[in-house]
Amino acid sequence: MIANEPEKNERQIWMGLLARAAPERLQALLQDLPPHTLLRGPEVGAVMVRGRVGGTGVPFNLGEMTVTRCTVQLADGPAGHAHIQGRDKRHAVRAAVVDALMQTDRAYALRAGVLEPLAAHETATRALRAAKAAATKVEFFTLARGEDA
Amino acid sequence: MIAEALLGGFASAPTASARVFRAALEAMARPGTIWTVEGAAPPAPLSIAAGALVLTLCDGTTPLHLGASLDTPVLRDWITFHTGAPLVAAKAAQFALGTWADLMPVTRFAVGLPDYPDRSATLIVEMPDLGPHGPRLTGPGIATEAHLTLPETAAFRANRALFPLGFDTYLTCGNRIAGLPRTTHVEAV
Repeated sequence: MIANEPEKNERQIWMGLLARAAPERLQALLQDLPPHTLLRGPEVGAVMVRGRVGGTGVPFNLGEMTVTRCTVQLADGPAGHAHIQGRDKRHAVRAAVVDALMQTDRAYALRAGVLEPLAAHETATRALRAAKAAATKVEFFTLARGEDA
Repeated sequence: MIAEALLGGFASAPTASARVFRAALEAMARPGTIWTVEGAAPPAPLSIAAGALVLTLCDGTTPLHLGASLDTPVLRDWITFHTGAPLVAAKAAQFALGTWADLMPVTRFAVGLPDYPDRSATLIVEMPDLGPHGPRLTGPGIATEAHLTLPETAAFRANRALFPLGFDTYLTCGNRIAGLPRTTHVEAV
């Protein structure tokens, strides 16, 4: 996690979570989508990913990344947006529908049924990876040598 | 609640924009002919035809100038959401959208450079009426002569005199479009 990352609001957090989730996991958690209309997309494009050396240097173009975006409208009003990595259009639609549902009175049920399991899985995956990486950590130490003394 | 700006795009962008593009090509290749387009439902006061042309021709790389009578927050958001086109001043625009009164004086718009006459603006003019009557058109793409309702003739005659420089014009009304390229000779009758 980057230390100086600006504070995210709740919607950014769940949109990010939905975008990072594995498509089949999201589908398993939310089988049937409510009626919705597609306002834009799902359409595939490329965005330029930029970075800064050391997190503070001059911005440079890291490379282009394939992105699928989608905007949907539920039958009863709110619109939802999704931008996901890759070209899985069904995932983009599903993520956009969840974003729209989170603005309705189904938000509470959805948070418990979809977002929390996804967040828990993501945390577990990260912890596992961090633990695997930690096991390979090498402690370097230097023996005091005579001439240094 | 849903913003009006998110609605009214092409239901199926690839097929709808291909149809509109064909109509736009035919209109520009045969000045004086009138074509109908469909698929767009832009917020008022923009017409269907002008909205469809914007959706088809504009994207993030084509700066668009919005005339004063169309410069509403909803329309700005609609264009940004559906096309991503940057909204700019007249001088920097590749496309300009508005009524003829909005776009006057048309000498503000880019007419290209002698080496690159393609670096010119395309005007999309909203018309109160569009029909095959009015000033006489002759030139490339017209067998003998054609007639088309135009907002005026002097500006188009001056534009023709700049050839190969000059702007190109689409005239829109409701769901109908007509083209008036810089090559057409315009005479008042």
